[in-house]
Amino acid sequence: MPAPDGSVGTEVPGLPSLTPTATAEPVDLVAADERLHPESRSARQRRLGVFGVASIVWLAFVTLVAVLAPVLPLDDPNENVASIVGQPPGTDGHLLGGDALGRDLLSRMVWGGRASLVLAVASIIFGLVAGGALGLAAGYFRGRTDTVLAGSFDVLLSFPQLILALTLVTVFASGEGVSSARRMVVLIFALGVVSIPVLARITRANTLSWSQREFVMAARALGTKNWRIMFAEVLPNVMPAMFSIALLGMAVVVVVEGGLSVLGVGVQLPTPSWGNILAEGRSELRDAPHIVLVPTVVIFLTVLALNYLGDVVRARFDVRESAL
Amino acid sequence: MLLRRLVHLLVVLFFVTLFVALLTSMLPGDPVDAIAGFASPEQKDALRDDLGLDDPVPVQYARWISDFVTGDLGGYYSITGERPVMDRVSDSLPVSLQLMVYAQILALLVAIPAGVISAYRAGSRADRAANATAFGMLAFPNFALALVLAYYVGVQADLLPVSGYVAPEEDLVEHIRRMALPTVSLAVAQIAVYMRLLRSDMIATLQEDFITMAKSKGISPRRVLWRHALRPSSLTLLTVAGLNVGTLIGGVVVIEVIFSLPGMGLLLYEAINARQYIALQSLVAIVAVGYVVINFLVDVLYAVLDPRIRHARS
Repeated sequence: MPAPDGSVGTEVPGLPSLTPTATAEPVDLVAADERLHPESRSARQRRLGVFGVASIVWLAFVTLVAVLAPVLPLDDPNENVASIVGQPPGTDGHLLGGDALGRDLLSRMVWGGRASLVLAVASIIFGLVAGGALGLAAGYFRGRTDTVLAGSFDVLLSFPQLILALTLVTVFASGEGVSSARRMVVLIFALGVVSIPVLARITRANTLSWSQREFVMAARALGTKNWRIMFAEVLPNVMPAMFSIALLGMAVVVVVEGGLSVLGVGVQLPTPSWGNILAEGRSELRDAPHIVLVPTVVIFLTVLALNYLGDVVRARFDVRESAL
Repeated sequence: MLLRRLVHLLVVLFFVTLFVALLTSMLPGDPVDAIAGFASPEQKDALRDDLGLDDPVPVQYARWISDFVTGDLGGYYSITGERPVMDRVSDSLPVSLQLMVYAQILALLVAIPAGVISAYRAGSRADRAANATAFGMLAFPNFALALVLAYYVGVQADLLPVSGYVAPEEDLVEHIRRMALPTVSLAVAQIAVYMRLLRSDMIATLQEDFITMAKSKGISPRRVLWRHALRPSSLTLLTVAGLNVGTLIGGVVVIEVIFSLPGMGLLLYEAINARQYIALQSLVAIVAVGYVVINFLVDVLYAVLDPRIRHARS
């Protein structure tokens, strides 16, 4: 059980260490600082930079294309064309070729992006709202509330993520004739539940340290109501940490959806998602590897971009990884 | 301290098993229709009676847990009758455990030297290259990597088989050949996690006074690095290796399906696709209980290895 004495985050970020370091070599201040604070150099460098901009551009592109899918000049993602069955990219003007059933792969990737991104964003928002509220309450009220809530995060975390998600989806949306819409709602719920303890913990850890600050005490002395202090004083300060973990969480959701698809409980076919396109391509690996390789590259770039931006936010706001 | 951890373990185990035990009653509609839709009305009544789904929650839980601990994991229901789940589990569990252990060993074998060297040469070109590689490895989902490896190594180069399992006692070489690609697919992401972690811990340790002391005594850098710095830096690594078992379990499930390895993952996959909810319940329970217990053991081991923690917390 964590100590309720608020010992979290007593270190003041940004201040140089006062401990003198004995060294025989000529003192290289930048290098020494870098060795002392391995993240600080990258924090300075990571005011976005080339990779940060590239990440944003890629995510913006993927999102834009997914949003505009209905008005883009694409083929029907569910139309079977005999001439492009399993054909490689470039066949008959189909930029990414066809899949095992002769459906245009480019169109399926675009529409699949829609499903994958909606799932990632919606489930993380669910996790942010629920996990954020619980974490805020646990960190702000402490005591018994904290013990109970932190205990329940522990219980939720004691399921391996993928196993919990697949159990929830199997129980609530795997009967015969489950509609795509129901499957989607249950997936959002399941992946949201999986992300709750992670987001709740980071919120709790940060709330614990921010609730000790003078301005919170001042607000309390002025007789401000608890919920107002929580949402108006504490929450805005905790948001950067939540946001950085949310970006990483979206990457996890994109990947987990792929894993669930391999197990047959991802986004319900024929609705495409990046995960189920890849999972379907599995059976044609020998003859049409592009069906697997195309979603692999897209998922890789998306996860890379989300992870990178998550790190940038974390470095900038000095979110401690240990708080996880 | 140990007692408190034990109480914590029991509380977590209780809630985890409670959730699993009530899974079938959470099924939308009539659970019996979902479990055995093909059965006749009389058979369904018998099954309903047998499963006791109308009993109050405490009764259901008590029955489930006493069955579970005595090895009665329920059955697979089919038109031809009921087969016990336990039969399959005893064959499958070793396969999954082997895969997990291999992946952890490979990950640590690569990550420890890589982490130590890049910490020692922090900021150098090699360090930055290692970091960038690790960052890329983290973004490569294991199932995608598995398929890419299966295609390029298995199909194109025809070097290794891409499906099926051979037990080590049967043919050790063939066993290794068949486990190679699944192990690598699982290990890659773990390598990245462990390496990054060990690197940042080592950088902090190398700043400590006792390291300066050791250096000033003229102990070779190699010895300082491996004998003096690695042990205090490896504690976080241990905890994370324990926590990572959760990710690894998820990975094992998917990787087994991809490479047709007859482990717990393949069992789960079959249970899901045949809608065998009773089997699903038992399999999830085994996995979740195993994970909770492993984390408990890691916690205890952590305190044993680092006396500072043992005393600080008690």
